[in-house]
Amino acid sequence: MIDTPAIVTRDLAKRYGALQALAGLNMTIPRGAIFGFLGPNGAGKTTSVKLLLGLARPTSGSAEILGQPIGERASRRRVGYLPELFRYQPWLTAREVLLLHCELAGVDRAAWSREIEDALAVVGLQDRGSSRVGTFSKGMQQRLGLGVALLGDPELVLLDEPTSALDPVGRHDVREIIRGLRDRGVTVFLNSHLLSEVEQVCDRVAVVDRGKVIAEGTLDELLRSDTVRIRVSGLPRGAKDQLAPFGAIDEDGDWLVVRGVDADRVPDLVAHVVGLGGRVHAVEPRHETLEDRFLRLLSGD
Amino acid sequence: MLVLLIARLTVLELLRRRLFLVLIGLTLIVVALTSWGIAQVTTVGGRPMTRVEQVTVVSQLLILVGFMFSFTLSFSAVFAGAPSLSGDLESGTALAILARPISRAEFVIGKWLGVIATILIYALPTTALQLFLVDRIVQYVPPHPFEFVGFMVIEGIVVLTLALALSTRLAGMVGGVVALILWGVAWIGGIVGGVGLVLNNATATHIGTATRLILPTDGMWRGAVWALEPATIIAAIRASGPAAAGNPFFASEPPDALYLAWTAAWIVAFLGLAIWSFQQREI
Repeated sequence: MIDTPAIVTRDLAKRYGALQALAGLNMTIPRGAIFGFLGPNGAGKTTSVKLLLGLARPTSGSAEILGQPIGERASRRRVGYLPELFRYQPWLTAREVLLLHCELAGVDRAAWSREIEDALAVVGLQDRGSSRVGTFSKGMQQRLGLGVALLGDPELVLLDEPTSALDPVGRHDVREIIRGLRDRGVTVFLNSHLLSEVEQVCDRVAVVDRGKVIAEGTLDELLRSDTVRIRVSGLPRGAKDQLAPFGAIDEDGDWLVVRGVDADRVPDLVAHVVGLGGRVHAVEPRHETLEDRFLRLLSGD
Repeated sequence: MLVLLIARLTVLELLRRRLFLVLIGLTLIVVALTSWGIAQVTTVGGRPMTRVEQVTVVSQLLILVGFMFSFTLSFSAVFAGAPSLSGDLESGTALAILARPISRAEFVIGKWLGVIATILIYALPTTALQLFLVDRIVQYVPPHPFEFVGFMVIEGIVVLTLALALSTRLAGMVGGVVALILWGVAWIGGIVGGVGLVLNNATATHIGTATRLILPTDGMWRGAVWALEPATIIAAIRASGPAAAGNPFFASEPPDALYLAWTAAWIVAFLGLAIWSFQQREI
């Protein structure tokens, strides 16, 4: 719809005194992407979000969101945000908080009532709209915060650890909400250290550590692996040596683990195993889990 | 108008807090007690008071009640102003708001207007009720009732603006204590300046002038006292020489136009400082 990327950063850096919170962040997030920003605690994830929203100022570098330079009011016009430290006015009701944000976001007055009821329904708070926020559990406040972030048809939604206070049902709901946003073409920037969460919803991922992006790409690119596992029985002794041209062979119980095999050659490999008298029960490309990859990245491997 | 939205939100926050109800309740009790007390002031030395005596006593009692109003108003302004920005930053409620297309200036001015509106909601009905009851009981209206309320409210705005500016950098408790200490120092500074006049001591007079300029709360308080002082008492005390200048519950003249202009400029400057300081603040 609009050809500027949702987020562009150029050498974006932030220093707090002696602490380099962010050391030259370069990334481009296309419109409509569900972008996972992964990293351990203190890696610079929240700092990045605060810089993008103009809540903190970069020490150097520049960035644009939705085509507008960060820090300018216009850049925040179509943006929804759920802070990591989410806290909403305890003396207001949930409906009043949503109303406040409708006004702040410049939502058309005629749409307020519908927007508020929709937001309450999407986050599962339709029965608690008239309750004071002060009576909410942390999980309910986080749901409310998510509702606030969804108001006013945003083009970009920044979610900073959106499931930190939620139970498994709540986490599932959040994933569904994020998928719903993707279907509407909304760009989602998801800050998280929960790998499974990112793995399940994100199209693209950046891994950040000590203020620097150490890997970026689609999940597929990041987790691609050239290892195949074949569950096989009846293979004569010594036959596996004849599979050596396909890659390095290991045995793991009933499984043959073949490393370094090109994806196109997997059918040939299976045919060869069968030709040698093996009975093939299962063939699995072995994807690395995000956790394994993440830990390898952080250890500098 | 996002400024008015934040102002409305601030008023709502303050009104929904128990502090406001407690303040109104206590003030109404004080108003009732002073009205009852004033109704008892009818005799002196066993004989009925003359009208002149009654006016003298009632007017001076009213000045003491006025001091209570000025005191609670200033304290409420500090208690409302000092945590208004720092509290929102500490709790995190400011994050979601400031990530919206609102400028920091709009946020600060909205908070400022909201606290002022709350001060007015508190001060106007309670002082009006007090003056009305005194009028009904002893048929006495102070010479300048509107000026009295005006000076008191300006005093509240001055100390609120100070508290708000401190709130951009200091935690609510710290900023509040600093603002109250400065308010007290300004009050003492006013007395020192008066004593300087009495003793013809230039240093003390300069200290008084400096504190009046640095924080114009006591200057406004003196305006409120003047507004409550009957002309007969002003004339009598003037005739008795300069000794009354050291009395913080007496003023023979209202603040002049130049000082009022200074006070207005002070408020604008400190509000500007608050905005600037909040704009620089990382959240």
